[in-house]
Amino acid sequence: MAKITKKIKTIKVDADKCNGCRTCEIVCSAHHSTPRYSTVNPAASRIHVITRRLRDIWLPVFAGEYTPAECNGRDKYVIDGKEYDECAFCRAACPSRDLFKDPDSGLPLKCDMCEGEDMPLCVEWCLNDVLIYEEREEEVDEEVLLDEMETGLEALMEKFGRDKVESTLNRMSRNG
Amino acid sequence: MRYAEAGYNLEIDLTRGNIERVETDPDLMARHLGGLGTSVKIHYDRVPPETQAFDPENLLVFSNGLLCGTPAFSANRTLVSFISPQTHLLAYPMMGGFWASELKYAGYDKVIVRGKSPKLIYIWIHNDKVEIRDASHLKGKGAIETQEMIRAELNEPNAQVLAIGLGGENRCFTASIEQSRSSSSRGGGGAVLGDKNLKAIAVRGTKPVHLARGAEFMEHLKEVRQYIDFRNENPIPEVMPILSGIGSPQMMKHVDEQWHTEAFAWGNARTRRKGFWTKEIEESWEKSQRSAIKRFISCYNCPQQCGALINIEGVPPYMIKCFSKLTYAMAAHVDDLDFSWRICHKAFEYGLDSFSTPQILAFGIELYEAGILTDEDFKGCPTDKEGRFFWLLDRVARREGIGDVLADGTYWAARRIGNGAEAFDHNTTKKHEQMNIKLGMLDPMYFLMYATNEKISITQIEGNWPQAPFPDKEKRKSFVKNWPQLPNDRFKEYFLQWEPRGEKSNPEFPTPDMCSEIVDWMEMLHNIDDALGICAGMGSFCLKPPYHIHNYHKLVSAATGMDVGQEDLKTIVKRSRNLHRAFNNIRGMCRADEKPPEDHWKHRFPELEENLLTTYYRFKGWTDEGVPTRKLLEELDLDYVADDLEQRGILKNGQDNQEN
Ligand code: SF4
Ligand code: SF4
Ligand code: SF4
Repeated sequence: MAKITKKIKTIKVDADKCNGCRTCEIVCSAHHSTPRYSTVNPAASRIHVITRRLRDIWLPVFAGEYTPAECNGRDKYVIDGKEYDECAFCRAACPSRDLFKDPDSGLPLKCDMCEGEDMPLCVEWCLNDVLIYEEREEEVDEEVLLDEMETGLEALMEKFGRDKVESTLNRMSRNG
Repeated sequence: MRYAEAGYNLEIDLTRGNIERVETDPDLMARHLGGLGTSVKIHYDRVPPETQAFDPENLLVFSNGLLCGTPAFSANRTLVSFISPQTHLLAYPMMGGFWASELKYAGYDKVIVRGKSPKLIYIWIHNDKVEIRDASHLKGKGAIETQEMIRAELNEPNAQVLAIGLGGENRCFTASIEQSRSSSSRGGGGAVLGDKNLKAIAVRGTKPVHLARGAEFMEHLKEVRQYIDFRNENPIPEVMPILSGIGSPQMMKHVDEQWHTEAFAWGNARTRRKGFWTKEIEESWEKSQRSAIKRFISCYNCPQQCGALINIEGVPPYMIKCFSKLTYAMAAHVDDLDFSWRICHKAFEYGLDSFSTPQILAFGIELYEAGILTDEDFKGCPTDKEGRFFWLLDRVARREGIGDVLADGTYWAARRIGNGAEAFDHNTTKKHEQMNIKLGMLDPMYFLMYATNEKISITQIEGNWPQAPFPDKEKRKSFVKNWPQLPNDRFKEYFLQWEPRGEKSNPEFPTPDMCSEIVDWMEMLHNIDDALGICAGMGSFCLKPPYHIHNYHKLVSAATGMDVGQEDLKTIVKRSRNLHRAFNNIRGMCRADEKPPEDHWKHRFPELEENLLTTYYRFKGWTDEGVPTRKLLEELDLDYVADDLEQRGILKNGQDNQEN
């Protein structure tokens, strides 16, 4: 496979500084609404702050890849004496939980690093420096990344079967 | 499509177990905004004047504000309104935290509860699914543990839960409603929940809130945000550190408590302890605070961090906010700050207001020391200061023995005890405990705020105007230089002229006319905050805040699409303010009730005080009895209120402002 130079974008999370305000969820969901900033719905955000207040856990987690299957094993982590729930660190939109799925359609959501913006919006609006944006260039194998629509279609096929999705699409395009 | 507001209320009748989702009239938002405004309207329309706090007809309204759930920073207030068991007037304590926005995301602006459940229940709201659930297993449980237990049994870690503790279940008049890191405290809302057999309300919402012109809204918000950044980086240099920032993080972040501990009174608002803040105390308090606080935490969508997670040995973790850090220690005359962290956990679990309750306990001890309460009343009580406070707190929450009497608050307890106890009730306004400040010279602005505001609790009325004149002229000049929040430049002159001593000082200056303008301005800001659901710490309750009269209307317009100007916004909150006033007038509130705590200032000026009151009433468009005039009410489209007041003989036919 050919090598290409790619801009790798990451967000470093300094969870100790998080005060649990969830502004990141608000701004992410508002930014991704259509038209932009027309609605706010933290449940549709691509970042979620896991909150277990009395256990001193405030942990921002970004939505990762969609996965059609549940994982087999679950991990428990104990860090600094705090036990994190089984799925706390997992970034996947998976069948066993509602997290990182659009609450209306059930379609998976994925952090896109606010593609097209100078700076990820959650980073820009977290006034506590919990989220720190980092960019670096890396040589990587050329691969085709699924975009948002493909991920969504893949999830629909998983749920309803390829034929059903195909026939629906055909019917809709005829009608349209 | 409804913008900013959800457009639906939940109506729950606990007597019949009936739940309805009711679409609201969009015109109500235009006329009363939301939050406090629309809540007052509901009480006015539906609660008759004979209704008492513990009647099934007493409505309990849980409301978010108009901007809750939008990206507006610190728009997270839950406002609870009800007839207070303590004052018999309409109370509306608010709390921050996470509940209000969750309710908006569940698709509701308000939860209106009426009737009484035959057994202890809690309400579970999950978007369109709303259930009344049995809470018998939660009976007697703490307000904090209840929240956790409900989350666990619903298997919904993201549900937000408000709950009462034993104080509320036992209808203690100062019972609070607790939620996350916040509580709705003043006026005894917890007692009304308890009376209705309502232990808690859990809510989880995953629906969108719509903005009419979202992109424009974000542009306005960016300016607000720039100012927040600026203020956080540039504390106001002319004032003491606890007043120099925004929010109210001072109680948790700042350790220096010289001002509070030396300027406020200890015990039952009696003694000031000048010289308390020694090097030794400073060191021990700093150590205690630093080791107790595990993390600073904010409310929903707020960059400030006024609350803290407390983790100390022997006490389960809990969250603390605001002034509770000092109230119990000062009331009990305990010099060790560790006592605060320990007793606050207990008080929050019981769900008792940490402003009123410590005063009531101190009042009990004062009566005992004065021989009015006896050894019999205090049988079994430890003799050390800490021990007897813990003991009394338990008695009050359980309503046992003398605790049963004290649980009615200072005013009512004094009257039940008699035998001279009334003289010890010297720090209440309209039967409600005030901050334990005891000062020398009467302060005309504070006189008006204490006497006349419907919120009754002073700590939530003041804010934008400095509490005291600056002795240094240069500092005054520099302070007024950058003060865009002022409604007009005239105010700068008032401030520049205001001196700590001499002709231009309290109580003569600011003059009654100036005081009226300044107090009215601060009150208006509070009313806007309370309608929008914005934390007073970012608007009305601090010096030079990011939200003010010159930017609020822009945010409201972009969020709702209503296009309101500054003057429109003022008119809307004035309408709700006067509706609230009239509601309380109908319930009997009149000029004779408008008195600050009896023992609040050493030097009082009866004539000046009367003059202040009359001047302010007339400025507000009220009669000399403190009732809104027909002329004013008609200007505010409240003709029906004028008719009501006339029919009831509270407003005489044709009575208008006498000398205007
Ligand atoms: S905005 Fe920052 S501080 Fe707030 S919850 Fe998100 S990560 Fe934490
Ligand atoms: S980077 Fe953008 S898409 Fe990803 S979580 Fe943050 S705001 Fe959302
Ligand atoms: S300023 Fe403080 S009290 Fe107000 S919303 Fe923010 S964290 Fe809560």
